[in-house]
Amino acid sequence: MIEVQHISKTFQVSRRGAGFSEAFKALFHRQYECIKALDDISFRIEDGEMVGYIGPNGAGKSSTIKVLSGILTPDRGTCSINGRIPWKERTAHVNEIGVVFGQRSQLWWDVPVIDSFELLRDIYRVPRRLYDSNLEELVTLLKLEELVRTPARQLSLGQRMRCEIAASLLHSPKILFLDEPTIGLDAVSKIAVRDFILEQNRKHKTTVILTTHDMQDIETLTKRIILIGKGKILMDGSLEHIRKRFSATKKLTVEYRGKHIIPCDGMELCSSSNQIASFEINPDKLGVSDAIAHISSQVEVRDLSVESASIDKIVANLYQQYQI
Amino acid sequence: MRLYFKFFVMHLKIAMQYKLSFLFTTIGQFLVSFNVFLGVLFLLQRFHEVKGYGLSDVVLCYGIILMSYSIAEMFMRGFDMFAGTISNCEFDRMLLRPRSCIFQVVSGKLEFTRIGRMLQALVMFAYGITKSDVQWDMKRTVTLLLMVLGGSVVFGCLFLIYASICFFTIEGLEFMNILTDGAREYGKYPLDVYGKGVFRFCTYLVPYTLFQYYPFLYLTGRTDRQWYMLLPVLGCLFLLPSYLLWRVGMRHYKSTGS
Repeated sequence: MIEVQHISKTFQVSRRGAGFSEAFKALFHRQYECIKALDDISFRIEDGEMVGYIGPNGAGKSSTIKVLSGILTPDRGTCSINGRIPWKERTAHVNEIGVVFGQRSQLWWDVPVIDSFELLRDIYRVPRRLYDSNLEELVTLLKLEELVRTPARQLSLGQRMRCEIAASLLHSPKILFLDEPTIGLDAVSKIAVRDFILEQNRKHKTTVILTTHDMQDIETLTKRIILIGKGKILMDGSLEHIRKRFSATKKLTVEYRGKHIIPCDGMELCSSSNQIASFEINPDKLGVSDAIAHISSQVEVRDLSVESASIDKIVANLYQQYQI
Repeated sequence: MRLYFKFFVMHLKIAMQYKLSFLFTTIGQFLVSFNVFLGVLFLLQRFHEVKGYGLSDVVLCYGIILMSYSIAEMFMRGFDMFAGTISNCEFDRMLLRPRSCIFQVVSGKLEFTRIGRMLQALVMFAYGITKSDVQWDMKRTVTLLLMVLGGSVVFGCLFLIYASICFFTIEGLEFMNILTDGAREYGKYPLDVYGKGVFRFCTYLVPYTLFQYYPFLYLTGRTDRQWYMLLPVLGCLFLLPSYLLWRVGMRHYKSTGS
C-alpha cells in the first residue's frame, strides 16, 4: 500500500536571458527562482491497483515517481510504502519496487541482455529458482528468446523497452513504476507492452503506477486517474467518472438525402455540407436514439455514426479547464 | 565480493569487445609514462643527484607512486568519471538498486587500459631494484608493498573527494587533478626536495609523505626508525574525512533532468 501525505518539494532554478552578456551577468549575480515541483501532494493507492498518473510536461510527474522510489527526499510531508519511508530505508525499499524510465536504460550497453539480467540477479540477490522461473515467464510473454543474446546497444527502441520491462521485474517487485513506458514505440510494440502489463497485474497482483502522455495507455490499462498540474493534485477519480463529467456531448454524423435538417432541443448543428451533417448531442436533454428518430423523421438517412469525444480531447479539455 | 567479481568479468568482456581501442590506449598510457621516465633519466645523467637522491632512488620512488596511482585509477575510475554519472542520471539508477552507492560506482567502471601504466611502473621497479643498493630483506619488501597499497588508498580517497564535490557542482573540478595527476608527476622525487611549505601540505592536508617520503627513507636505509614502514597504514586514515564528505554530498544530492 502506498500512502502519500502532504509532500512538497521545491527546486531552485537559475534563470537568465539569451546572449553572452546575460550569461556574463549571471556569472556574478544569479537570479534564482523557486519552482514548486510538488505542492502538498496526498493520495493513497491500494495493493494491486493500476493507476494512471497524468499531467502536462513539467507538472511534477517524474518528481513524484522519484520521491516514491526513494531518489528524491521531499522538503515536507511523509510517505509510506508497504510501511517503509522510501528515502530513509532505501535498500530495503528498492528491493520491492521495479522502475522503468522510458527515456533511460538500465541495461548495460555493451553486453548481451542476458548478461545484464544475470548481473541484476546478483544485485538483487534473487534466488536461482525464482530467477529461472521469472526469466522463463518474462521471456515467453515478452517474446525475448532471440533478443536476450543481443547487446543492448543493437536493439531497436521497442525491443529494448521490452527488455527493460523484463529487467525491472526479475526480482518480482510488488510495485512497478512505469515512467512513459510506451514513448516512441510503434503500434505493435505498444500493444505488446500494454498486454503484458495487464497480464502482470492480473496474475501477480502487482501495483502499477503509470505516467504517460499516451491516452490509449490510460484507457486500456488503468481504471483510476490522478491528474497533476503545477505540482498540485487536481483530480483523482475513475476514468468513467471523468468521462461523464467532462465529455457529456456525443457527436452524431449523418449522411442523408433530402432537404435541411432542423435540429430539435438538445442537439446542435456543427457542420453541414454536401448532404452530410454532424450534430453535437447533449445526452442530459436528449437521448441518442431520440435524436436519430428525430432526424429520420425529416430526411432519408443513408449512413450514420455516433462517437463520444476521444480521451485525448477530454484530457486537453481538462488541462484547459484547470489552466495548466 | 562475488558480485564485484561478476562486474569485473563483465568489464573484461567489454574491454575485449573493443580490442583495438584497448590495445592502443594501453600502449599510449605506457608511452606517456615512459616519456617521463626518460626525462628523469636524462636529467640525472647530467646532474647525478637531486638533494642527495640518485637515479636509482628517483626511479624506485617514481615506480612506487606510479604503481599506486595506476591501481587506484584502474579500480576507482568510477569516481573520476562521476560528473558524467550524475549529469546523465545514471546515479538515479544506482539509487534504485539495493546495494551501497560507493560499491556501485566503483564496480560500474573499471579501466583496464591502466595496465599500460602498471607495466611501466614494473619496468621502473625492476630498474630501481637492481640498480639501487637497498638490502632487500623481508621487512623492506613489506615496506614496499605497504607503500604501494597505502598510496593506492590515498589516491582512491582523492578520487572519492573529487566525486563528492560533484554532488555540489554537477560538473567536475579540474583543480582536483593537481592533487591526483600532479602528485603522480611530482611524487617521482622524494617530497622533501620541494621545500617546507609543500612538504607540510603533503603531510598534514593530504598524507602523501606518509606513504612516500617516510617509508622511503627507511627503504633506502637513510634512517633506522623501523616504525616508518608502518606509516602508510596511518595514511589510510585519510579514508575517514573522504567518506564523510561523500556522505554529506549524498545528502545534498538533487537528481537532474526529468
